[in-house]
Amino acid sequence: MTVFEDELTRLNGMVLAMGELVKEQINDSVRALVERETKLATKVVETEPQVDALDVELDEECIRLIARYQPVAADLRLITTAMKITTDLERMGDQAANIAKKAIDLNKEEILKPYIDIPQMSNVAQGMTRDALEAFVRRDKTLAVAVMAMDSKVDHLRDQVLNELSFYIAKDPSMAPRVLKIGFITQSLERIADHATNIAEMVIYLVEGRIVRHQAVPEE
Amino acid sequence: MSETIGILVNDLNFYYAGNLHAALKKINLTAYKSRVTALIGPSGCGKTTLLRCFNRMHDLYPNNRYEGEILFQNKNILKNGTDLINLRARIGMVFQKPTPFPMSIFDNIAYGLKLKGVTKRLDIAERVERALNHSALWGEVKDKLSTSAYDLSGGQQQRLCIARALATDPEILLFDEPTSALDPTATAHIEELVMKLKQEVTVLIVTHNMQQAARISDFTGFMMLGELIEFGTTDAIFTKPSQKLTNDYITGRFG
Repeated sequence: MTVFEDELTRLNGMVLAMGELVKEQINDSVRALVERETKLATKVVETEPQVDALDVELDEECIRLIARYQPVAADLRLITTAMKITTDLERMGDQAANIAKKAIDLNKEEILKPYIDIPQMSNVAQGMTRDALEAFVRRDKTLAVAVMAMDSKVDHLRDQVLNELSFYIAKDPSMAPRVLKIGFITQSLERIADHATNIAEMVIYLVEGRIVRHQAVPEE
Repeated sequence: MSETIGILVNDLNFYYAGNLHAALKKINLTAYKSRVTALIGPSGCGKTTLLRCFNRMHDLYPNNRYEGEILFQNKNILKNGTDLINLRARIGMVFQKPTPFPMSIFDNIAYGLKLKGVTKRLDIAERVERALNHSALWGEVKDKLSTSAYDLSGGQQQRLCIARALATDPEILLFDEPTSALDPTATAHIEELVMKLKQEVTVLIVTHNMQQAARISDFTGFMMLGELIEFGTTDAIFTKPSQKLTNDYITGRFG
């Protein structure tokens, strides 16, 4: 392996390590809410700077690789993909922290209703995140397309939850603050799924050199 | 990253014979141990002149003059009385064009060893093999050591010259545009080799090819008109140089 190939392998590893950390953040933030584990929520909030630092480190690493090796073709696509994936991962980390902060507040109050739809949404969003990263590792276009197709499912779940939540406000306006917090969590999960979709789109670019953003789900 | 000094240049001025203007002006630079230091800059900037100071190549012509000092293992190698044969064995040089001797592959490497006083056949054979291994040439030539070095390709000849320089166990290797006469594949071979060699030797390399400096060096010095304009880690020079001149040169705005 050449020195540059070693560097690219290392870059791959850095992206995956960041991905692992963010996956854990998402999982912990929802668990903190559903299981009313405020300590876990605090941990998510406290871990956020670590995700931010990885974001900066990865950016610097990509810029360094471009400056030093003038990559072209597949190598160039890998580095630009890594840079974009990193941005999405960092924002997913932010959303997990947002969920955790709302969970800390909600855990102080009486539970509005058992959380059923949110864990379901979270499962889908987390599955998409896992698969998007897996597609990146395996350069697997089919898996990436499958991730993109899941996005509408999360959108649908979000609409369903928001709809249901609005009834609670109508029934008892004093519930509004709690309902809004749950609404924000729902929105965060939907955003996480969007970022997973972005990663999947970048995997298609990585494999085929085709930019598929702002288009319908590409044909297999 | 804490670094150990390999060789240190202190206020170096250099004058070519009969020339009142300094070809090198107040150069201060440190090449760190086990690192690759690249010297870049436009033609005539003095990078090769500087490289040739490190093993006193300028002494091959009369009346060239140095001022200042180059400290290598706490000794100023510019001092009168420096043993130049010994100096050039410890600070070896590889040139732009491959310069094999008109003799067999084996003898090309054995020659320097014999000069250094290694006489036992077994010792020589062992060191020839080791040097060829280090220069990543052994696999290609082990069955034809007695054939003429001229039968090798340009890239192989250059690796032979690197092996020859390595055979005397130098602490420092100087490369003067070692790939400018080679095709891209042979160039890639030499670049990989240079990056591996730094585990054992300190490397200084002059290159016209900025991308090469970016790829293979740990530190880069940018020179212009006999001055060292900027020196820093290669990462810093190629992502955020502190001097506008450096920026303009490496982005191809002049030179």
